[in-house]
Amino acid sequence: MKINTSAVAGTLESSDVYVKVEPCETLEIEIESVVYNQFAEQIEATIKAVLAELGVESGKVSVNDKGAIDCVIQARVETAVKRAGGEK
Amino acid sequence: MRRSMLFIPGNTPNLLMNGDVLGSDSIILDLEDAVSPAEKDAARILVRNALKHLHYKGCEIIVRINPIETDFWQKDLDEVIPLCPGMIMPTKVSCANDVKVVSDYIAEVEARHGIEKNTVKLIPLIETAMGVENAFNIASADERVAAIFLGGEDLTADLRCKRTKEGNEIFYARCRMVNAARAAGVDVYDTPFTDVDDIDGLYKDAQFAKSLGFTGKASISPRHVEGINEVFSPTQADIDYAHEVMETIRIAKEQGKGVVSLRGKMIDAPIVTRAMQVIEMEKAIFGGVEDDE
Repeated sequence: MKINTSAVAGTLESSDVYVKVEPCETLEIEIESVVYNQFAEQIEATIKAVLAELGVESGKVSVNDKGAIDCVIQARVETAVKRAGGEK
Repeated sequence: MRRSMLFIPGNTPNLLMNGDVLGSDSIILDLEDAVSPAEKDAARILVRNALKHLHYKGCEIIVRINPIETDFWQKDLDEVIPLCPGMIMPTKVSCANDVKVVSDYIAEVEARHGIEKNTVKLIPLIETAMGVENAFNIASADERVAAIFLGGEDLTADLRCKRTKEGNEIFYARCRMVNAARAAGVDVYDTPFTDVDDIDGLYKDAQFAKSLGFTGKASISPRHVEGINEVFSPTQADIDYAHEVMETIRIAKEQGKGVVSLRGKMIDAPIVTRAMQVIEMEKAIFGGVEDDE
């Protein structure tokens, strides 16, 4: 799947994560999290796994995490990528 | 055993994560009214992931899907049926054909994913005047239907009357739903009591629903779950009496008696059936929740 346009998913509420994806030549991931010190690597790995599963090779993904568990991060990234790819 | 059913908005992670610790026998993961049209896609994916990764131990999962008049309901089923939730709640169900349409599509998805047919059951939400009139046909429309559920808010909008705490405006619908469900051999659930802060009102409303024959009641607030569970559980006196009935029957059989009485009252088949139902509920409540592992 290709990121054709900017799209967002999720919220800034507790246990959620706000995800923004934008077109980009390379693959860039930016993480802001209330549990950054403990979980930044795991969050990045989760995001990369979802992108790989969806066949996304390039794009900028910015997340603002409010303590979301893995399956929530996965859901929000998938939603944002599908919205950016024109799927609803 | 399903006394209480608690609605959880499908696009709210902190509630989805904690759905099984709120004391409800079932939770309804809501993809319909609790989710705005712009967020349907997000909720669908989030609920699918919750079903896939969260265990929800000792708690039945029901997914409320969007009405068949929308573009959403098939996508809802595509995402959640592969995860085999206990039940699907189709909404705005007004006739038997609405049930068949949903059931047939579930069968398609089940087949696509190698799931045995009729694994996922249905609890149609009846919330229109036409739906109430067709309650028996809906309840007996398909072998997936395990229960029917009355939605009082939309119904009163359709009836063009005000929804009140007393509930006189839905009295006919409640009676008709109970009769239809029992005639079809399925369970029947009452509409939520919507004043979250009025716990006395909740008890009264639940007790009245129980007196009409409802199996249980839905809730929009975790604060109502305990009251609903209490009202729809047998009392200790009910349990003691049920055991006395079964013991009396056992002794009568041993003695070869055809007709028996307890405390001066003849014990006939309906009393035995009721006693067995009470003992079954006692086991479900006090005998521990069966682990599905």
